[in-house]
Amino acid sequence: MAAAAPPLKDELDIVIPTIRNLDFLEMWRPFFQPYHLIIVQDGDPSKTIKVPDGFDYELYNRNDINKILGPRSSCISFKDSACRCFGYMVSKKKYIFTIDDDCFVANDPSGKQINALEQHIKNLLCPSTPLFFNTLYDPFREGADFVRGYPFSLREGVPTAVSHGLWLNIPDYDAPTQLVKPHERNSRYVDAVLTIPKGTLFPMCGMNLAFDRDLIGPAMYFGLMGDGQPIGRYDDMWAGWCIKVICDHLGLGVKTGLPYIWHSKASNPFVNLKKEYKGIFWQEEIIPFFQSATLSKDSTTVQKCYLELSKQVEEKLGKVDPYFVKLADAMETWIQAWDELNPTKAN
Amino acid sequence: MRNPPTLLSLTIDSALINFSTISDLSFVPEHILLELFVRTLKAGKLNEKILKLFVATGKEEILSVIESLNIQHILVPVLPTRKLFHDEVDIVIGALQPDLTSFMEQWRPFFSRFHLIIVQDPDLKGELKIPEGFNLNLYTKSDIDKVVGSSSNAISFSGYSCRYFGYLMSRNKYIISIDDDCIPAKNSNGEPIDAISQHIINLTTPATPFFFNTLYDPFCEGADFVRGYPFSLRSGVECGLSCGLWLNLADYDAPTQSLKPDLKNSRYVDAVLTVPARTMLPVSGINISFNNELVGPALLPAFRLAKEGKVRWETVEDIWTGMCVKVVCDHLRLGVKSGLPYVWRQERGNAVESLKKEWEGVKLMEDVVPFFQSVRLSESAVTAEDCVVEIASSVKEHLGPLNPTFAHAAETMVEWIKLWKRLRAN
Repeated sequence: MAAAAPPLKDELDIVIPTIRNLDFLEMWRPFFQPYHLIIVQDGDPSKTIKVPDGFDYELYNRNDINKILGPRSSCISFKDSACRCFGYMVSKKKYIFTIDDDCFVANDPSGKQINALEQHIKNLLCPSTPLFFNTLYDPFREGADFVRGYPFSLREGVPTAVSHGLWLNIPDYDAPTQLVKPHERNSRYVDAVLTIPKGTLFPMCGMNLAFDRDLIGPAMYFGLMGDGQPIGRYDDMWAGWCIKVICDHLGLGVKTGLPYIWHSKASNPFVNLKKEYKGIFWQEEIIPFFQSATLSKDSTTVQKCYLELSKQVEEKLGKVDPYFVKLADAMETWIQAWDELNPTKAN
Repeated sequence: MRNPPTLLSLTIDSALINFSTISDLSFVPEHILLELFVRTLKAGKLNEKILKLFVATGKEEILSVIESLNIQHILVPVLPTRKLFHDEVDIVIGALQPDLTSFMEQWRPFFSRFHLIIVQDPDLKGELKIPEGFNLNLYTKSDIDKVVGSSSNAISFSGYSCRYFGYLMSRNKYIISIDDDCIPAKNSNGEPIDAISQHIINLTTPATPFFFNTLYDPFCEGADFVRGYPFSLRSGVECGLSCGLWLNLADYDAPTQSLKPDLKNSRYVDAVLTVPARTMLPVSGINISFNNELVGPALLPAFRLAKEGKVRWETVEDIWTGMCVKVVCDHLRLGVKSGLPYVWRQERGNAVESLKKEWEGVKLMEDVVPFFQSVRLSESAVTAEDCVVEIASSVKEHLGPLNPTFAHAAETMVEWIKLWKRLRAN
């Protein structure tokens, strides 16, 4: 094992949004050092964010984003970790792993350190099973298989587009729950990876997430959040609902479960409440919208799906608040920017 | 001219109004006490506290009036803070082996509080060996024949299907059923796991089928709904079915187990999750529980393979039934959970031998699954019985022509509902 090259070393970028510092990388060094990092620096561009020595990286601050995207930079959020999706756009690799700067290496129940990146790669490289639920969870993991009654015609699975990891210690609760349970910690290690069934939506957290850029990248837009926007902390949620509808349409899989990371920082629930406030009401309209969203047969690429979705957002959610008209517009801008930076390779 | 009120009368009126300030009536002469009592009754002001005051005087006449009027103390029961479900649970065991001693002894700590229904496989000859000390009802072939009749087209309760007779006989709200070759699994401390309690918890806490919670069961201790989970969906719905899992010999089909004879399930996944609405799953009958009041009629013996045998590798009846239940739950907006509890499944049978004998079940799944994924029920189906009848009719129409097993299943489902209704009407 020690002699083997780190899996997907030249095919995966690690995208990290930060506004403070990158001290957390020291703990991840043994697992991350072989990989290329894309740091997206949020906030004041004149501040220097020091990257620990020995890492191969590119760093973009707001000035860089504005220079590269020009007027299209309006779709990239400011003063919100949503800006990380810029990193997805500029990457030239097939796979992305994104992690927050307050997430550290967790230990499994035996005390061993968890290589989260390795587990994400395993998740992405083996198929998903969204069409029929396997009661023993991921049948492709060692020690597991498809159970009795699982039709053989469905055992090939579909390609995995997204691997959604979880968190020990500070759980990803919304502000009202945080206020009611400020001391609750997630200490339950659930040793499972499972595919989220087709037709089912989920709340996607961007703290510990990996995906196949070729399969789903253009749909990983994290929306308009933060400075100048009426809402925050819904960036990853928004992307999660969009990618799930598109993955279901294109026959791709989304997995959730392992790996765990250790989430160390509890954000201020009162600050969070202010950011999330509108979202908490809006999600009551947004969820039914996504649950009933259908895409046409002609939408055969991610970009086409995403643009079709953005038109539906404007039409149906525009009535909820003018913000959604702006967002639908930004979704279009994002696709234009994506296509410009990622011209389709000749077949 | 009306007589003006007497001084005594005015005093008694005043006492009635100010009863809250009176803590002792023993000094009051008996005849006045009686008058006060009668007036208290007339005014409708007799309560626990005031009654105690009168009784405390010890005066004979008062006491005999109280007795003759049959006035009683209302005893407010001290309710336990945790709801106990002993009287609402039946544990139903289908006995496919003649000696249940080891099985029952291993489960004794967890079974002993509950009522058990044991049904002997009608094909199993002889008397079952069952240890003493359980509160149980035993049903055998003769009981089944009496209730169901023994004509050739009667519903068959042979083999694993014998447990359905137990479900039919149960009048309790929750039913838990475990195969007779499973024993309690052990946790990481080596202690046996109480699968019964876990099933009860699963059935009595809400399910969340309309949106996936990434921290799994939000109602278990130490967990909650995550950010992004819509608040309007957080109260959840009632749980209709709880599917447990197995350590050691997992519920793989014969081809899989034959190919990987050493594949045992040793992974303990500490989670219960709700299987989302409209998502189908293979429900294994090895370790399940359900809400008999809500979905009882849908737990039915209908899908019998031509060469069905006495090991799970030679059956798929539970898979069929499970999908019926899932369709019913989805339609009635009930939840289906999967995950904990685990049981330890002992080695039995031979996968290769089973594969040689019976593989039709595996083939039939190719038709079964797409059918259940697409079946839709009408708005007028509001009970589990209605749903089953509609599913049966759809099975007859769409699957019947493909294989006689399906046609027979549809007929059996209809017969089952008739039987269910007949027995419930008595």
